[in-house]
Amino acid sequence: MLKNDPHIGSPRNRVDGPSKVTGTAKYAAEFEAPDLAYGYVVSSSVARGRISRIDAGDAEAVPGVLKVFTHENRPRTAWFSHNYQDEVAPPGKPFRPLYDNEIQYSGQPVALVVADDFETARYAASLVRVDYEAEPHETDLRVVRAKAYVPPKKRSGITPPPKPRGDAMKAYSEAPVRIWGEYAIATEHHNPMEPHATTVVWQGDGKITVHDKIQGALNTQGYVANVFGLSKDDVRVISPFIGGAFGSGLRPQYQLFLAVMAALDLERSVRVELTRDQMFTFVHRPETINTVGLGANPDGTLLALKHEAVAVTSRFEDYQEVVVNWSSLLYHADNVELTYKIAQVDTYTPGDMRAPGAPLGTFAVESAMDELAYATGIDPVQLRLRNYTERDENENKAYTSKELRACYQVGAERFGWSKRSAEPRSMREGRELIGWGMATGVWEAQMNKTSARAVLTIDGKLEVATATADIGTGTYTILTQIGADALGLPMENVTALLADSALPKSPVEGGSWTAASAGTAVDAACRIVREQLLAYAQKMDGSPLADAMIDQVTFTNGSMVLTADPSRSVTLVAAMKAGGVDRIEAQETVSPSKINQQSYSAYTHSAVFAEVRVDEELGVVRVTRIVNAVAAGRILNPKTARSQILGGVVWGISMALHEETFTDHNLGRFMNHNFAEYHVPVNADIHDIDVIFVDEHDDKASPIGVKGLGEIGIVGTAAAVANAIYHATGKRIRDLPITIDKILAAQE
Amino acid sequence: MNESPMTASSDALDVTVVLNGETRQLKVQPWTTVLDLLRLDLGLTGTKKGCDHGQCGACTVLIDGQRVNSCLQLAVMQDGREITTIEGLARDGQLHAMQQSFVEHDAFQCGYCTPGQIMSAIALIQEGRARTRDEIREYMSGNICRCGAYPNIVDAIEDVLAQSGANQREAAE
Repeated sequence: MLKNDPHIGSPRNRVDGPSKVTGTAKYAAEFEAPDLAYGYVVSSSVARGRISRIDAGDAEAVPGVLKVFTHENRPRTAWFSHNYQDEVAPPGKPFRPLYDNEIQYSGQPVALVVADDFETARYAASLVRVDYEAEPHETDLRVVRAKAYVPPKKRSGITPPPKPRGDAMKAYSEAPVRIWGEYAIATEHHNPMEPHATTVVWQGDGKITVHDKIQGALNTQGYVANVFGLSKDDVRVISPFIGGAFGSGLRPQYQLFLAVMAALDLERSVRVELTRDQMFTFVHRPETINTVGLGANPDGTLLALKHEAVAVTSRFEDYQEVVVNWSSLLYHADNVELTYKIAQVDTYTPGDMRAPGAPLGTFAVESAMDELAYATGIDPVQLRLRNYTERDENENKAYTSKELRACYQVGAERFGWSKRSAEPRSMREGRELIGWGMATGVWEAQMNKTSARAVLTIDGKLEVATATADIGTGTYTILTQIGADALGLPMENVTALLADSALPKSPVEGGSWTAASAGTAVDAACRIVREQLLAYAQKMDGSPLADAMIDQVTFTNGSMVLTADPSRSVTLVAAMKAGGVDRIEAQETVSPSKINQQSYSAYTHSAVFAEVRVDEELGVVRVTRIVNAVAAGRILNPKTARSQILGGVVWGISMALHEETFTDHNLGRFMNHNFAEYHVPVNADIHDIDVIFVDEHDDKASPIGVKGLGEIGIVGTAAAVANAIYHATGKRIRDLPITIDKILAAQE
Repeated sequence: MNESPMTASSDALDVTVVLNGETRQLKVQPWTTVLDLLRLDLGLTGTKKGCDHGQCGACTVLIDGQRVNSCLQLAVMQDGREITTIEGLARDGQLHAMQQSFVEHDAFQCGYCTPGQIMSAIALIQEGRARTRDEIREYMSGNICRCGAYPNIVDAIEDVLAQSGANQREAAE
């Protein structure tokens, strides 16, 4: 296990902070190349059909235009769709840009105009004329809901719902207290601030360097090699900074394909940067409708738990996420029935978006639990404690750790929950109704196989490296802390290298698994360096550490010190000199413990408490206070960890009140494709957010005791806000986002 | 920048600006925005393109001391003006107080909106309008942060605001 000393467990500034506040951090569209050409995408204006004619003549006649790529002149790429499968693709046939004349969704790229400069490309793109033979399309989940199906092929890494336990429908129909409701969440788009972009630098001789907005350099490298028939040696991917992604950068997106295609064909460097409206043309969070039934005794004990979710997917891939499993993970009932189905619409395939599935399912079950609390007259926190699970009953395994009780207790105390008046509409100040609501959050604590390298040089500098990305989560910083503590160096002497396909292998950055996985790998590589250093130190004549074992030695201030007798020490530099080396390099690969995985389930938990103020006449909601108490194992850096939770909470508030992609089902098109009409919170929307990390010791979720933080902040937050709105107004709104019109129209 | 095919064209117009303290004579196309001039022609990529529609604030720069969405400004209109970008803040390797405060308060995650937030925050303090956290929130609402670093952004600005207030009081005494 790691020790909290001196950097690990302490608040540390981001090591990449100076480059970000000075504008020197380089994102995908900011890499330079000689003779760089610019591509601009032309998008389909129909949702389904065929291109009957595409005329690029006027565009190609514009001076400065190099070529207009369409399905008619596209260079040869891989024939089979499976070559387009990336590391995290769901089952199905991935979208293949410019493959043929078929239109599969509105906004689909139909041409790429490449010119000497950006403005010429943009102008010429407006001259490309496309005629379509439109075919009937369907984009409305409520129309296709009846055709929903259980995915025949499971998506890798996504656990299907557990088998039913008992007879949920019978138990429900016989239960003294019953809650039944339908809970819907609108389509959302990730909208990272940085638009998706790729700069392909032509290195000559068929070799390219790709700067892509991707959460895993190796995923881009593999995709490009497979699709274009290149050797991986000819494709280097370097993406040191990602301007937000939240899941949109897990899969290689079409701008990558287009930029690489053009660069290989023109034998020239090419950049393709999408516009904000094109950010609505590839990946989104699927619109999802939950149905939850709870049957309980009058004392709140659950007898029956039924949860079904139906979500959209595309016609070409069966996207899946975990929506319903959380309900019976959080609450015990003897009779449980969970179902997850998907239904096809004519859009691009939905994808992972911050805590994929979890905030959707927990919004449903945590709203229903709140309804049950009112129906039984039991305090919402007490109701949850009454139905608390001590084991993962879905998998019938023990938890590696679960300090959710402490989250409820500490969160409630900090929030002042005991002062809550239970009756809806019973708290007000002037024209504002005040509501207090709470909910539970849960997310998987995962670790994935990861390799890392550590290189110590004679100048006392350490470099740690792995291919994964830092999308703003703080990976550079925590790996620097781990390396510094492992060898007893100041953080200034440690450099973390990431996001380069030439570095040791790592999975994509996502799912909250990166700190546990990359952190363990870096720690393991550094441990080999430590052992090597001690071996060298012991070669010294009359070595002060002659008979010391590695666990008897402390690495501190650039030295190895015998813990029991600090007067006996050797500097790292002296040890390397004794060993006759000027560098020590070690690489290690770590995997999760199979034994632990067989016996235990690892989850992160949270309790979220929300205060809202609702203008009674105008229906305007402000979330004035959130307390989020999180149990996530070891916290490597309380400063960046808090930021992860703050961000997640902002996303939860956003899901509750703001975010909604509108579809015109006649056109089959997302309509509000810009930041003016697709609402995300601005600074004035966000008030006090109090983040608490409760103590949680976990030696099984990952070797370094870390559980991960990227997702848990959003989970439960939307439900807590919705429950607070009910408490304020007496209006139960089961459709997110909860906008003013819904509040004014709802009945008490 | 004169190698750029765009500026070599006969449509290009002469513009003189003071960019980050340095007088620059530029040739720009009439349709080029300040944002594209900075990012594409001058290689000053610290100013970010988030929406190109004046909706997100990532491209905020100071023009004659005022915070402006550079995506909504044509470069040809800037003749004789002073433009300050994120690259023009640090002096001799010393971060500007606002940059340092953003680092200390972890007022960013991915960093993409950060240059715009910082330029906006510096102008906010110069405007002298914001005195409270609520006012900071209100007057910083033209800069979207999708990572949700808002509480830390407010902390960072409040800190600099307090420092500048203290400095002013000292100067007055």
